[in-house]
Amino acid sequence: MGQQVLNGIFLGSIYALFALGYTLVFGVLDMLNLAHAAVFMLSAFVALTLVLRLHLGIAFALPLAVLSAALFGLILERVAFRPLRDRTDSNVAGLISSLAMATVFEAVALEVFGPNIARFPIGTLPDRQIAVLGGVVSVLKLGIIALALAIFLALTFLVRRTRLGRDLRAVAESPRAARIVGVDVDRVVAAAFAISSALGGAAGVLFALAFNAVSPDMGRSVELKGLSVIIVGGMGSMPGAVVAGFLLGVTEVFVVAYLGASWRDALSFAGLFVILVLRPRGLFGAASLREA
Amino acid sequence: MRPARNIALAAAASAVLVSSTARAETVVRIGAALSMTGPAAVYGVTQKAGILAAVDEVNRSGSLPGVKLEAVIDDDASTKEQGIALFQRFIHRDKVAVIIGPTLSNTATAADPLAQAARVPVVAVSNTAPKGITDIGDCIFRVSLTEAQVITPALARMQSRLGFKKAGILYGNDDAYTQAGYNVMRAALDEAKIAVVGTQTFAKPDQDYSAQLTALKSLSPDILMVSALAENAAGIVVQARQLGWKVPIWGGNGFNSPAFIKIAGPAAEGVYAGTAWNKSSTEQANQAFLKAMAARGVDPDQFCAQAYTGVLVVAEAVRLAGMKTGRDDIRAGLARVKDLETPLGRFTFEPNRDGTHAPALQEVKDGKFTIVP
Repeated sequence: MGQQVLNGIFLGSIYALFALGYTLVFGVLDMLNLAHAAVFMLSAFVALTLVLRLHLGIAFALPLAVLSAALFGLILERVAFRPLRDRTDSNVAGLISSLAMATVFEAVALEVFGPNIARFPIGTLPDRQIAVLGGVVSVLKLGIIALALAIFLALTFLVRRTRLGRDLRAVAESPRAARIVGVDVDRVVAAAFAISSALGGAAGVLFALAFNAVSPDMGRSVELKGLSVIIVGGMGSMPGAVVAGFLLGVTEVFVVAYLGASWRDALSFAGLFVILVLRPRGLFGAASLREA
Repeated sequence: MRPARNIALAAAASAVLVSSTARAETVVRIGAALSMTGPAAVYGVTQKAGILAAVDEVNRSGSLPGVKLEAVIDDDASTKEQGIALFQRFIHRDKVAVIIGPTLSNTATAADPLAQAARVPVVAVSNTAPKGITDIGDCIFRVSLTEAQVITPALARMQSRLGFKKAGILYGNDDAYTQAGYNVMRAALDEAKIAVVGTQTFAKPDQDYSAQLTALKSLSPDILMVSALAENAAGIVVQARQLGWKVPIWGGNGFNSPAFIKIAGPAAEGVYAGTAWNKSSTEQANQAFLKAMAARGVDPDQFCAQAYTGVLVVAEAVRLAGMKTGRDDIRAGLARVKDLETPLGRFTFEPNRDGTHAPALQEVKDGKFTIVP
């Protein structure tokens, strides 16, 4: 039991981290960035390449890969979103162009890294286990959970207490009004993409570390789940994304353990459906829709 | 006369004898359809080495007076289409007496019916699909053991060593091969009267098996049985060890791949699997095989040993047919092969044309599969 909760919390921390970035862009722009999962995958490959080719320790490779993810985010914003932003149908257009970018990113990864699962060499990752809550957990997984929580706290601080956070919230409320009061909207949107993609990238690297597997299609496993997490949490709500992320992780683990793996996605998405019927704005949607 | 000269004379005499029979001998052409490109290329390459070595050994031994074996080897590209084309060429143009192969069961189901229709005997050396190979007809023989033939005796041997009573099973339920492997395991466990305390499943794209493993672990089985392809297998074994599992892990045929040990690393230690070839057998036939392969600089695996055995079986069939080399003679000879000494052990064709011999049990030790005596 304790072990299963640990398994669920761990899985949930990856989902939460991934969904946080997803929901940040949605909160600011009202647009879904469907290339988020591709950034998740690409930065995992960047981390792997840094370890394999430059023989960096994972403590160095992780921040560098997250930085590269931020860069991918800036590229995404420039190529897929900014040219379309002032159109009246920019929501759908952005959705489609981000999907195109996702396909491009995946094709590049396929070309450069090949279709097979790539792995960190044995010995480059910590493999010690410790006993917690009546179960065992690897130091690596514990570190991942701690890192996810730390990132969440840092992000909350950034949005609520800093100048950039205030600008983000202003743009989320109304880009036009923000521009009138002197906010550099382009810069703020670019920052939102950079932060969002950094979060997605961090999730990707941590996912790769936890399961020691990196492949061009690894984004698929979190893509739909991330989407359902931000819907359940309330589109644009950061606390909602975190809570829903952990909720999904724990639910999945218990469904697998007690009903079988074949039911996992069916029940998760059935839960999504029920929540949408009962609370169309999601768990935290009404309270903090404009929080961003 | 001094002894040394004696030997030299005898050697000269036998050389004359060999060259004189060489002129009169009939050639048995063996067509080998092997996957030397495509996804199964890793198997085809070692199979080719085994066949060439066996043909040389048989010809050199003089066990078939007046008959010479000749191998015609070509690539079936791991596909049905290429397999069919190759079989047609072997049957009609190269006029082979017997066909060895093709590497994959999938290709065999498509190509073997051509040989059956033309009454050309086929010796399958790596097809393990339980059904649909030797069922094709009375010309299709099989050297390779099916998974059931390997698992049932190997599991019994392991149980007598470790004495486990309760098993937990984890298998991939979205793949025909791992699903079939599960069915075989389940039947073998029932036969060995081992209780199955829990069964869990996963899908091929999954990376996280901790929920399934934790659920199984809470039922405290004495052994974990896993039917998975190499990539999933490695992930499962690593995560099981991370969760603190000390019990032995039994892997299906998907584990019999160097890729599995490479990915799983130290976590693979103590993993058991059945195998058709006992490489450390001290039987004379196996030692001769190892020597022949070493002389060629080839590190043999199970597929190499099975391909080598395929040629030995054909040679035995020719001998049993009284050195007659027609397609029908060889087919009739194959059906009579019994207790033949091969690298795989004493080999016999059952009336259903599936081969039988004793399988072995292996365990990962120091990063290598090692035979459990």
